Amino acid sequence: MLSPELGHYALALACILAAAQGILPLIGAQRRDRRVMMLAPGLAVGQLLALLASFLCLVNAAVTDDFSVQNIAANSAVSKPLLYKITGVWGNHEGSILLWALILGICGAAVAAFGRNLPSALRARVIAVLGAVAAGFELFCLTTSDPFARVWPAPMDGQGMNPLLQDPGLAFHPPILYTGYVGFAVPFAFAIAALMEGRVDAAWGRWVRPWAVAAWCFLTCGIALGSWWSYYVLGWGGYWFWDPVENASLIPWLTGTALIHSAIVVEKRESLKIWTVLLAIATFSFSLSGTFLVRSGILNSVHAFANDPARGIFILGLLAVVIGGSLALFAYRAPTLTAGGLFAPVSREGALVLNNILLCSLCAVVVTGTMYPPFMSLLFDRTISVGKPFFDATTIPLAIPLFIFMGFGPMLPWKRAQLWPVLQRLWIAALLAGVAFAVFTFGMSGIPPILCSALAVWVICSSVLDIADRVRLFRMPLSGSLQRARMLPRSIFGTAIAHAGVGITILGLAAMSQAQHKIVEVPVGTTEHLAGYDWTLTDVKQEPGPNYTALVATLEVRHNGKIVTIMHPSKRSFNSQNQTTTEVSIHTNLLADLYGVLGDKHGTDAAPTYVLRLHYNPLAPWMWLGALIMAIGGALSLSDRRMRVGAPRRAKSSSDTVTTA
Amino acid sequence: MMLRRLSALFLGCALLVAPVLVLAVDDPSEILPNPQEEARAEAIGSQLRCLVCQNESIEDSSAGLARDLRRVVREHVAKGESNRQIMDWMVNRYGNFIRLSPPLSIGTLLLWSMPVLALLLGLTIAFFSYRRRRTAPVAPPPLTAEEKARLADLTKD
Amino acid sequence: MSTPPENTTRRRLLMAVPLAGAAVVGVGFWKMLSGMQHGSFNPHNINAPVLNRPVPDFSVPDQAPGQGFTAQDLRALTQPVLVNFFASWCIPCLAEMPTLMGLKDDLPMWGIAYKDRPENAAGFLKHSGNPFTRLGNDHDGRVGIDWGISGVPETFLIGPGGIIRWHSAAPLDVDTIRSTLAPLLESLKKS
Repeated sequence: MLSPELGHYALALACILAAAQGILPLIGAQRRDRRVMMLAPGLAVGQLLALLASFLCLVNAAVTDDFSVQNIAANSAVSKPLLYKITGVWGNHEGSILLWALILGICGAAVAAFGRNLPSALRARVIAVLGAVAAGFELFCLTTSDPFARVWPAPMDGQGMNPLLQDPGLAFHPPILYTGYVGFAVPFAFAIAALMEGRVDAAWGRWVRPWAVAAWCFLTCGIALGSWWSYYVLGWGGYWFWDPVENASLIPWLTGTALIHSAIVVEKRESLKIWTVLLAIATFSFSLSGTFLVRSGILNSVHAFANDPARGIFILGLLAVVIGGSLALFAYRAPTLTAGGLFAPVSREGALVLNNILLCSLCAVVVTGTMYPPFMSLLFDRTISVGKPFFDATTIPLAIPLFIFMGFGPMLPWKRAQLWPVLQRLWIAALLAGVAFAVFTFGMSGIPPILCSALAVWVICSSVLDIADRVRLFRMPLSGSLQRARMLPRSIFGTAIAHAGVGITILGLAAMSQAQHKIVEVPVGTTEHLAGYDWTLTDVKQEPGPNYTALVATLEVRHNGKIVTIMHPSKRSFNSQNQTTTEVSIHTNLLADLYGVLGDKHGTDAAPTYVLRLHYNPLAPWMWLGALIMAIGGALSLSDRRMRVGAPRRAKSSSDTVTTA
Repeated sequence: MMLRRLSALFLGCALLVAPVLVLAVDDPSEILPNPQEEARAEAIGSQLRCLVCQNESIEDSSAGLARDLRRVVREHVAKGESNRQIMDWMVNRYGNFIRLSPPLSIGTLLLWSMPVLALLLGLTIAFFSYRRRRTAPVAPPPLTAEEKARLADLTKD
Repeated sequence: MSTPPENTTRRRLLMAVPLAGAAVVGVGFWKMLSGMQHGSFNPHNINAPVLNRPVPDFSVPDQAPGQGFTAQDLRALTQPVLVNFFASWCIPCLAEMPTLMGLKDDLPMWGIAYKDRPENAAGFLKHSGNPFTRLGNDHDGRVGIDWGISGVPETFLIGPGGIIRWHSAAPLDVDTIRSTLAPLLESLKKS
């Protein structure tokens, strides 16, 4: 029986197993006792199984409407559709912490499963670090946010889920985002293990990178999904607000992006080792502090911890142990790491260093902007606001050089390079970017969007040119080029595709600054004109839903008299919570979104009028499409045989003579 | 207020109690008839914080106060006041707190200089570690025969 | 290591910088969290209105059962007065009323009904008691904007000559009065 008590018990078991996983393999690695080290994979799998059992118990309680479980009673209801009963499990604080722990457990088990080729001491240490972190979170879950707490007497029905959460985009956003956050625990664990061993080498770089890339892909998708969700749910086309909660996901993304680039240098040239280790620690530290500080009430005043300060203190203690401990280890051990290969400033390494500096500067700006108001308030008792205008003014100037260097960085040779030959190879991209700039100057308003769009063209074109150059397209028979393309490592394609994805996202963002909208109050039968389209409100009627009733409008959109689409924006009134939500209707042809929203009903019942919001959002889908393409590029790199997880084997002799000084 | 709560959802931490989803600008009568003036009002409004919201401008917010402030901005724009005059009018009443982009002062110096500071710091570290490495190159530990073979294997492609 | 020792020390210090930075931020967070627990720190405190300046130009019409007032009335005062924005639709205002009633004998209070119908505000005061000696109605909330309020209840202490001396964007309670308002009143009376 999957009872809540069983779930609670399984969670406690997982916590004990995780603690064992965090301690025993470390002792084994220290004493070079193979038998103790070999406990690590078993413990990791055991912990995962216990967590799975615990999670299934919570899902079971949600599906069977067990309202004696407080968490279910507060967040679910009988009338809720089955899909949302399941996804609602992680739609609240307690459940989402459990999901966090579960994903961390999956990561540990994945290292156990895919890391067979790792030196046994390194693998034991990596799994141990993951276990120790997991133990902390499971303890947090058990002591301060128990998802299985019972209520008595059990209510007849739950309080229902927030209707906004009844949305497929949001249902799958948290697991993907969390996988991104938690996935960076693996590079973190590798960094800690490397510091313990006092050894970072090319093989280490090659082992870390796939995990970092995988986590980065998930984080990219997670952020994009969240942004997309707010775009179609909020009802006015907003997609990014520079809100602390969003910044909390952007910050690890920026350092994670820096990490997947600097790890290349470690792998290829054994350089930037200390820096890469620091980035791995920083990325996971930001993931952790981001997700948890937003729940502490410091950054976001949602009622999270106001009623339970114990949570905030526990979290801070946990962060102090994890982040403080790892940075202390870094301070102690990093100076002993040996420096690696030399390179000239103008080289692939040099370009990657510049990429890291710019990405980390961006990160510093976002961190400062996010943390400044609470610190101002704490230190000087002054309240200030830092919002979109600040971030726009400070991040765009840093992003522009990043985009410029993105174009030719991948074409520079390692060690020592010359700029001029590379620029010569990119003259077509430069020309196209110049033409784009001229064209956009006429079509768009505002200098930053024009400049960014032109640079996006530059990034996309140079990515294409990079591949074309490598396969010697048009400079040899096509069959020869195809042959070369087949021989080209997939990670080269991965890089080009991911970079092109960035370009596509930038184009989308820049074009969105040119969006048009109109708000009108009209009776049925009126036609409005916006962005060359004729929007006619032909009908509004009442329709029942599973646990709501909806007011549905019919909006016919014509272009030059020809019908383009019929949209049905609606307003839903939920029975159980006395709330309304707005269901936006979006028609896209991938070049622009037509976005219609039904607002309030005014006027008399005999002659009602309706508020309509009409938006024309050029290239809006590109913002998320670009993110998807980035993630596809990352996944393609992952499929490169050279990057396969655990594929490279460090020389056997070296793994056994690892110093543990 | 709404957005603050919604953005909490952004990370899936649905800690909210009862968000009310209302459209930001849902009243067409707010909008100025002159498109240029309306655009100017929107530009000003997007610089002003909806005070009761987490990090939203009054243009994006559905809070009652944001609506009132939007109306005030539009009245002032219609009167032909300059952006600066309107901004000053607001700061006079609500302090710098209302500005989403805080003015440069001693207190915000670190905030505004952060892009340059971070960039300079990064470049300095890069420069010194480059110079250090070039002038005092640390001899890498000699490779074992197996490591050499492995290196050759790794760098083949 | 083949690098000279002083170089290594510098290197060690450099590597400890991230830890030091994290520690500073961590202490900051700890201060915030403990401040939030004790109520001495609230990161979402909206303390927008500018203090130590004359009251803005405004006038509020009569609100039964009191008589409306203007900026001139406040500037003509020689004694401190508390100006309180309230509304009948605001639950914290209701909770605040007993505190105000307890204070009214020590400090004159003038009230402004914010975005409220006059009859509702009058009913509210009949029900909860009326601590105000003068009463105005700010029907469209414009006077509230002139004062820089972000919600109700908000309270201002006006010193002699109509200077805003103190402001609270939260419902008044006995603790706040004792810890901040009372000492301020003392110093105002002395000067």
